[in-house]
Amino acid sequence: MTRNRNMEIASVVAFLAIVFVAVPAAISASGRFDLYYTLTSVALLSIASAGVWLTFYIGRINIGQGAYALMGGYVSAILVMNYGWSFWWTLPVAGLFCAAASVLIGLPILRLRGVYFAMVTLVLTEVARLLALALPITNGAKGIVSIPLPGALSVFGLTIIPDFATLQNSRLAFYLLAVTLMVVCFGVMYRLVHSRIGKLCQSLQQNEELASSIGVNIAYLRIIAYAVSSFFGGVAGAIFAAISQSIYPSSFTVTDSVNFMLNCFLGGLGYVFGPMLGTLVLYFGWDLLFQTGEFQLLIYSGLMIVLMLVLPNGLLSLAETRKKA
Amino acid sequence: MEQVIANGLYLGAQYALIALGLTLIFALMNVLNFAHGQMYVLGGFITYTVYGQLGLPFVVALLASGITLAVIGALMEKFLFRTVIRRSHREESTMLLAAATAFFFDAVILLLFGEKQRGVPKIVKGVFNDAGIIMPYDRMVVGALAIVFIAAFVLYMQYSRVGRAMRALAQDRVAAQLMGVRVDRYSMIGFALGAMLAGVVGGLLVTITGVNSGIGGPISIKAFLMVMIGGAGVVGGAIAGGFILGMMESVGLTALREYGDVTYLVIFAALMVFLSIRPNGLMGKPWG
Repeated sequence: MTRNRNMEIASVVAFLAIVFVAVPAAISASGRFDLYYTLTSVALLSIASAGVWLTFYIGRINIGQGAYALMGGYVSAILVMNYGWSFWWTLPVAGLFCAAASVLIGLPILRLRGVYFAMVTLVLTEVARLLALALPITNGAKGIVSIPLPGALSVFGLTIIPDFATLQNSRLAFYLLAVTLMVVCFGVMYRLVHSRIGKLCQSLQQNEELASSIGVNIAYLRIIAYAVSSFFGGVAGAIFAAISQSIYPSSFTVTDSVNFMLNCFLGGLGYVFGPMLGTLVLYFGWDLLFQTGEFQLLIYSGLMIVLMLVLPNGLLSLAETRKKA
Repeated sequence: MEQVIANGLYLGAQYALIALGLTLIFALMNVLNFAHGQMYVLGGFITYTVYGQLGLPFVVALLASGITLAVIGALMEKFLFRTVIRRSHREESTMLLAAATAFFFDAVILLLFGEKQRGVPKIVKGVFNDAGIIMPYDRMVVGALAIVFIAAFVLYMQYSRVGRAMRALAQDRVAAQLMGVRVDRYSMIGFALGAMLAGVVGGLLVTITGVNSGIGGPISIKAFLMVMIGGAGVVGGAIAGGFILGMMESVGLTALREYGDVTYLVIFAALMVFLSIRPNGLMGKPWG
């Protein structure tokens, strides 16, 4: 048991060392600064995917994460542009706004199951896009552009985070921000899944009626899980808006929602860190195939089909089969 | 007003035909076929090639669309979905496969047919204009054909041996197997039939709206809507859902014209309210 515990700590330390020290060092050594942007996107997308994974954990197929990412992006952008808030305050507010919205939306739709929930959430993504087009405050199809970079954050006169606009390398700053949030997010997920609530969520995944009959408050748990999931989506969307300094109704569409779901599938639905690995592989796979030009989508989807045939339970199931053998 | 109803009926007939294929595949395999819209587009492009480019009769083109898609559907079931369903721990894994095949079809269509909007010559010329209704004849022909296909499909499911087997399969897979229904074979036929329907509608509609490689996704979403309204996996539900969506779209486009492009926003919102009251749609099985 203690050996397992040590192994866990060692791998966490190794992971932190890689993302915070090794990766920036390798990038500055090789001079491929564009990789910062790629890795930042991976980190943010994996946060949103982690939210989707959590809804999978309570047995719901969520294809609506794009809606919350869009919502979070708009909340942050509007607060910064129209009300002059600091980006750092809009970040938690965007997350909480999405969580609150998801409670309102979730109350009716979380009663649905299986494909019905999947399709309603898919429709939700479309609703968010159409709303962003139709509402006056979102500025329609033109979107909100030239959002300023995040400013300085100081507590009691002590500057914790410097102004991004004054930094020489704002890409590195965004990378560190995204990766820090990713680590926190997956830390929270790990704690959640290995807590009492996590076990209760698993019981929902297997049989809701049975869980409810032995006194599990299923409606409450579903809402909590969905709200946490949407919180992640909102935060990821808000940072995306800050990085690209713009947000449009088409920033997050059905394709993005489907991709969040695919990330979870690819990594493996049974593993907390599945969404992270899935996002990394899918995003980098797509980037690497860019050189193949017009055959990019063909090869990408072909590989995905093959992967599905060989490893239908996700990439991380590979480790498990080896353990058994 | 008459015009709105006529438009609604015309839209409803083609929508219902799209939804039928999707719901059939869902009922038999519990697979939500994300690639349905792409199958529709493929069918449209085949008709475009055979009828528009090669100049063969429209009926031949429609047959070619149907048969090609049926073959593709059968192969997909046999080599992809069956394997994944057998090996996977969770049923939802088929959704990844379905989404991947949708991407794959998108890529193939883009490579083969390009990204341009394609149309074909009208199959019938002239416009019907009487009793306050204006409707081109070709729309009426396509609407009537769609209704004929729907009727044929319902009769086939109801009275033929294959249809009976498929209905048994949809009701209870294990029981059907115990009664000696060859489950694998009829799953394959069902998938082929569903894909064929998508191809046929694509072929029909290319004569009116044309086709381009980007409309697969939106068509899939519309098909999902109809299936949800009617209830997943129920033939009657798909037909009802198709006509309801067609009507709503037609009425919405007229009634909400002054508010801008909000018809689908209203439809989506109405659908979410409806589903929170009736989670299984109009006539769906509980927890489809």
